[in-house]
Amino acid sequence: MTNSAENAREPQVGRSPARLEARRKVTGRTDYVHNHTAPRMLHAKAFRSTVPHGLIRSIDVSAALEMPGVYWVLTGEDIRQFIPNPYYGPAFHDQPVLALHKVRYVGEPVAVVLATDPYLAAEAANAIIADYEPLEPVYDEVEAMTSSAIVHDILKPAGTFPDLKHLHGKRDTNIALDYRLTRGDVDAAFETAAHVFEHEFRTQITMHTPLEPMVSMAIPDDDRLIIHTASQSPSFVRLEIARLLGWPEGRVQVKVPHLGGGFGAKLYIKLEALVACAALIARAPVKLSLTMEEQFYTITNHGDTFRIKSGLDADGKIIARRCEIFWNGGAYADIGPRVTQKSGFTAAGPYDIDNVLIDSYALYTNLPPAGALRGFGIPQLVWAYESQADLMARAIGQDPLEFRLRNILRNGRPHATGTIMEDTATVETLEYVAERIGWKKPFDKGEGAIRRGRGIAVGVKASISPTTSVAIVTISADGSVSLSISTVDMGQGSDTAMAQIVAETLGIATESVNVIHPDTDVTPYDMATLGSRSTFHTGNAVKLAAEDARDKLAAMARAAGIDPESDFSVLAVFKGHYGMQAGTIIGTGTYIPDYVSPDQHGQSSLVTPYWMSGATAVEVEVDTETGHFKVTRMISAVDCGKPLNPRIVETQISGAATMQFGFTTSEQMDFQGGQVTNASFADYKIPGIHDVPPMENHIVDAVQTSGPFGAKGVGESATFGVSPAIANAIDDAIGVRLTDLPLTPEKIMRAIRAAAGTPLGD
Amino acid sequence: MKQEITFTLNDREVRADVRSHENALDVLRRFDLFGARESCGQGLCGCCTIVVDGKPLSGCLTLGLKLAGTRVETVESLDTDGSLHPVQQAFIDQGAFQCGFCTPGFVMMSRQLLIENPNPTDDEIRDYLGGNLCRCAAYPEIVKAVRDAADKMAASAP
Repeated sequence: MTNSAENAREPQVGRSPARLEARRKVTGRTDYVHNHTAPRMLHAKAFRSTVPHGLIRSIDVSAALEMPGVYWVLTGEDIRQFIPNPYYGPAFHDQPVLALHKVRYVGEPVAVVLATDPYLAAEAANAIIADYEPLEPVYDEVEAMTSSAIVHDILKPAGTFPDLKHLHGKRDTNIALDYRLTRGDVDAAFETAAHVFEHEFRTQITMHTPLEPMVSMAIPDDDRLIIHTASQSPSFVRLEIARLLGWPEGRVQVKVPHLGGGFGAKLYIKLEALVACAALIARAPVKLSLTMEEQFYTITNHGDTFRIKSGLDADGKIIARRCEIFWNGGAYADIGPRVTQKSGFTAAGPYDIDNVLIDSYALYTNLPPAGALRGFGIPQLVWAYESQADLMARAIGQDPLEFRLRNILRNGRPHATGTIMEDTATVETLEYVAERIGWKKPFDKGEGAIRRGRGIAVGVKASISPTTSVAIVTISADGSVSLSISTVDMGQGSDTAMAQIVAETLGIATESVNVIHPDTDVTPYDMATLGSRSTFHTGNAVKLAAEDARDKLAAMARAAGIDPESDFSVLAVFKGHYGMQAGTIIGTGTYIPDYVSPDQHGQSSLVTPYWMSGATAVEVEVDTETGHFKVTRMISAVDCGKPLNPRIVETQISGAATMQFGFTTSEQMDFQGGQVTNASFADYKIPGIHDVPPMENHIVDAVQTSGPFGAKGVGESATFGVSPAIANAIDDAIGVRLTDLPLTPEKIMRAIRAAAGTPLGD
Repeated sequence: MKQEITFTLNDREVRADVRSHENALDVLRRFDLFGARESCGQGLCGCCTIVVDGKPLSGCLTLGLKLAGTRVETVESLDTDGSLHPVQQAFIDQGAFQCGFCTPGFVMMSRQLLIENPNPTDDEIRDYLGGNLCRCAAYPEIVKAVRDAADKMAASAP
């Protein structure tokens, strides 16, 4: 087709146009919720719990209410009078809009001040006094299994997930989900194993720290409610707010402009329920802008404990693996139960093992709620199974690369879930990084104080299934093209990649496609922007919608006596049909992949529409006198099928690897009595420009047959191998093994001294 | 306490009523300038970088009243004639951002670096930008972009 914009004769998919919003971003004119305001808007500030677990005896808001400029101070009881059952959440309806009866973590919102000015609101929040009757807290995920401290008296699964139904109404337990997968007979296999290895690995609690702190505003509009929010899941926000209010979805409008980063922090529902209730009670627009500190009280990554037991035959083939994973879910379930299951089922790793038993537990504790963070639990799992892979290979005298290749799960073979692996280039990613780091070549391990080592690791992730995406492509009379989707561009470049799919399908230039940002009044349903699902799911929906529009245009051309195969003018076709420059062609596409629900043993013939794999190789230098180490090379390879936009893919690889590098080396939320003690960039260290190791990024040659133009997601794949590759390299350098993240100089020094028989004191 | 101040904002004389506790970003919002933005609130991330009397400052740590009588430049000043500053163009050409929240801060600091040192080494670039954080970690591309801008500015210098 020919439209008013310049036509594209060259392929649009596979090239790397600049991001559609590039000019706005470099000029400081990107639209973020942060910029938004509304007439008569009130600023909200939360008053937060100072105890980790306690019954609320009283909340005194009188002093706050007397302060000038303060319009409202709301507590959980005020919310409950407005909504009888004010609990929300994607998996469990367990999180109150404001704490009711009891508090479950330090930092939990207990009351909210609405004032004309954000400083006044903060000052007034400081004037609130709450009195609590302390309850015994539990912080550790393993202790939570058996603790007498019970975070929730009764479990309240949302009912949307069949595998959570058996938990409904369960009492006196902190286990929010007990997921189990069984394949073969592990006990019998362990009996016959030549070698059996048991290890325990732990990860710390970290935070996403998007540089745009979470922000939401709600505007009452007659009998409707408009929510502007920095959210990765506008469709879910609409659904959940409508459910809470008992309204039809159509009365709630959720709009999302660009996001200043998300990484999983802005998923499902976070501040939206509070601003919605506050705005409706106050009958005024309400905006809640968190500080960086408050983000740490809102959502975290899951720390975990992973007990892994593997049995090898005499040749080093893994014949049995037993996995027990305890996920520290914090005080509210958020999406933890999905992490527990959907990532849990990959806990045995990208290996071909006939006998597998996985128990994966979502635990409530008295810490801030844990949710999804780039990788959805996979980096925590890879940390354990790839650390153990090296330990086992070395113990039986095998090369760690050869050991992995002997056991790796190849296409055509069944995964532990029973799903046959296909279109997954796990082997290629591993072989690439090994080749690139010169694994088989001689390596100078240094002498004296500075020792050098190398490490590799590989991981695999399933896509969260089943999920739906819908797209609308419109063609105007002059050939202008718009794409409406509820996928959120939080920096990963989805607007550009989706525009490329439209452009490729219609034969126009990517730059001419207008991508309409999520607005639930306008843009169709999309499950959420998470888990590297958009390229595949939204991408397929977008392709279907563009094909539908293209076919409708061709039909209109034929009816007007114009050959649709010719280089026709869109305007001429529309004029032929409507008699003037008028009308709109609307193409729609809905994509939901095939999926087979796992049986009671976790077995399914189709547990995921596609797999993502990523491998990492590193070289390190360790100073044996101080325990400090430096990553001198980091090589990442991913399988993303055929990349839609290779340059954006490459930045996703380096960005993911760097983020995981932070979680490996420096990032850790510290707690004292349940209180986060380092909730700021002064004390919580994310990677800066000096910290990034020399990196090489690689996209292996692969095709995801079912993906749009052969593509699949890539936002997380480069995180998988980073942590174990570094620990393996440290072990290779100095012969000590760390089993809990992050890998700090102090831990290394202690391990060195312990190995030398001269342990350091506390 | 409220005080009226005057200062030069992106080449225009402006007036603002500023309260003693407000910071420079609060003042800039009154002029609908959102390019300098608060993130960490502690002067540790560089998202709020503005240039005051030729010196880059953290807007979140600068009291609004301190702007009185100064010359303030924000990222919005760089393309007032509709064309991008070479640093901005280089950030686009090198794909030196993802979510874009930190980008104005990096752009302002990079521009300042090239004023002080038109031909920096990669190490000098990293040192100068050491106070700016990018959670998307576009750091390798940012270093390339500053290098690229330096080269292009040198090539077009009279």
